[in-house]
Amino acid sequence: MLLRHLPDAIQPTDISALPTENPTASRETHSATDVGSVGLVKPKSQHFSEPLELACGRILQQYTLVYETYGKLNTDKSNAVLICHALSGHHHAAGRHRDDDKRPGWWDHYIGPGKPIDTNQFFVVAVNNLGGCHGSTGPVSINPDTGHAWGPDFPSLRVRDWVHSQARLADVLGIGQWAAVIGGSLGGMQAMRWSLEYPERVSNCVVIASALKLSAQNIAFNETARQAITSDPDFCDGRYLQASKLPRRGLAVARMIGHITYLSDDGLGRKFGRELRSGSFQRGTDEEIEFQIQSYLRYQGLSFSNIFDPNTYILMTRALDFFDLAREYGDDPVAAFSHARCRFLLLSFTSDWRFAPERSKEIADALMHANIPVSYAEIESAMGHDAFLLPNARYEGVFHAYMKRVATELAEEVR
Amino acid sequence: MRIDLDVIQNWITPGSRVLDLGCGDGALLHQLSQNKGVKGYGLEIDPEQIERCVARGINVVEQNLNTGLGNFADGSFDAVVMTQALQTLSKPHLVVREMLRVGRNCIITFPNFGQWRARWHLAFSGRMPVSDLLPYEWYSTPNIHFCTFRDFEVLCKESSWTILHRQVVSESKLGVALKDFLPNLFGETAIYHLTR
Repeated sequence: MLLRHLPDAIQPTDISALPTENPTASRETHSATDVGSVGLVKPKSQHFSEPLELACGRILQQYTLVYETYGKLNTDKSNAVLICHALSGHHHAAGRHRDDDKRPGWWDHYIGPGKPIDTNQFFVVAVNNLGGCHGSTGPVSINPDTGHAWGPDFPSLRVRDWVHSQARLADVLGIGQWAAVIGGSLGGMQAMRWSLEYPERVSNCVVIASALKLSAQNIAFNETARQAITSDPDFCDGRYLQASKLPRRGLAVARMIGHITYLSDDGLGRKFGRELRSGSFQRGTDEEIEFQIQSYLRYQGLSFSNIFDPNTYILMTRALDFFDLAREYGDDPVAAFSHARCRFLLLSFTSDWRFAPERSKEIADALMHANIPVSYAEIESAMGHDAFLLPNARYEGVFHAYMKRVATELAEEVR
Repeated sequence: MRIDLDVIQNWITPGSRVLDLGCGDGALLHQLSQNKGVKGYGLEIDPEQIERCVARGINVVEQNLNTGLGNFADGSFDAVVMTQALQTLSKPHLVVREMLRVGRNCIITFPNFGQWRARWHLAFSGRMPVSDLLPYEWYSTPNIHFCTFRDFEVLCKESSWTILHRQVVSESKLGVALKDFLPNLFGETAIYHLTR
């Protein structure tokens, strides 16, 4: 269920939005017929009535996953690629729903004909994760047992639950093995988990700006964001939908905190510096002073709070916090990766301090120790963690080179 | 095919695990995987070379050799190879020591600064040698630690490293004729096979 009861997004200010780990924040204005676009797309929906046992021990009796596909599945169903989304992402990864959509899907730079994830070569599947708020079953869905929205009673999820639910979708689509499972940030964690949970079903794993687990600092940011939401008087212990309220201010602050961590000091400095939006420091005046960065952050926070569900934000950030790839392998990433059977491409960005290059390097080191094929590139970028969503010549080049190789090997196998 | 890569291939055991430091476009690893069934990784810092490796399916990891090999366990590779990169390192001796810690043996190639042409250039023009092989001016060269064959062998002796093989390569006719007689004067490139 989408958040239809919410008012339309507030009007943008005159500040052009920096893209952020936010599916709606790309600045482009292509038309759906542009070269390199998958064009108009329609979300699909798959209901599952077979119960899903979750990592937390609870059982979800039935659920729905909303997803989109781009490109064509080949006859032996070997060219499928799974896109795993990040914290605030969803199934609309590429193309447009309507001709007049202001923005394409959140990863349109990288998915489409002739792009790194080339829809002329691959059948791309993008799923809204379980627990999400864009159509898949989650806290805003109706709990059949109560007739009310699940809200805070929705089961706590871990990354592996997403992986298992995605595997069921693969079963429905007849996909035995993914040519590649690809994700950035939290999506990268899903891709890695796939390689361990279903080693025989993943042929390549592309992990971008991710980590084996969150650092204390990362968890601290997430906790501060959650506190912002839960301390909003309209949070109503998470039952805000029943109370016809919405902790919008809390979610906006949570988003502002997250947003700062997705950008780099340098990037923010270049974009905003100390520019004033209103007022002045002239002597003798006592005007209200507002920096551009203040206005920008407030806009980002508020617009996000109109399209995202607070309980979902809590659920997703907790899944991030809980993720620890090697926990069940004696805390040894090498032991963990020794179960993988796929090849890996790892990418990180120099100015990303939320998922710093060192975190990706740890993954690369563990994979090399485990004797698993891996390539790793550290991409120069001033855009912080958000760089994984943005155009960048080197990023595109190495990503495309890898995917071309995947496509070539697929073609050789078919022959 | 570079001559030094051919020589290296002869010293690599089939099916072994190889780490190639400064692997460039992955030519050596590609050749070793095709001809010797070798598995391994290349380390490289040049973005274009990394992309070339990825495009040809060679495992390449972006890593600066000057930060050491601390991320690799003792004896975790059968062989650690480094071709034509020794002279670019800030502490070449420490990197060789690391190579011998990580690999059971190691293969190193470097240009010979004691070759007669370099000596001639310095002696008679009074300027640092600039040649086809070493085309850089002194101020912009990535080659910051030149040595001669003899220098390198002194380092090996002082460090108690064992030289298993040494092969001297020259592409000029004069060099080919005389490199075995006076290697430090006529050899252009040295290929050393070392162990602890």
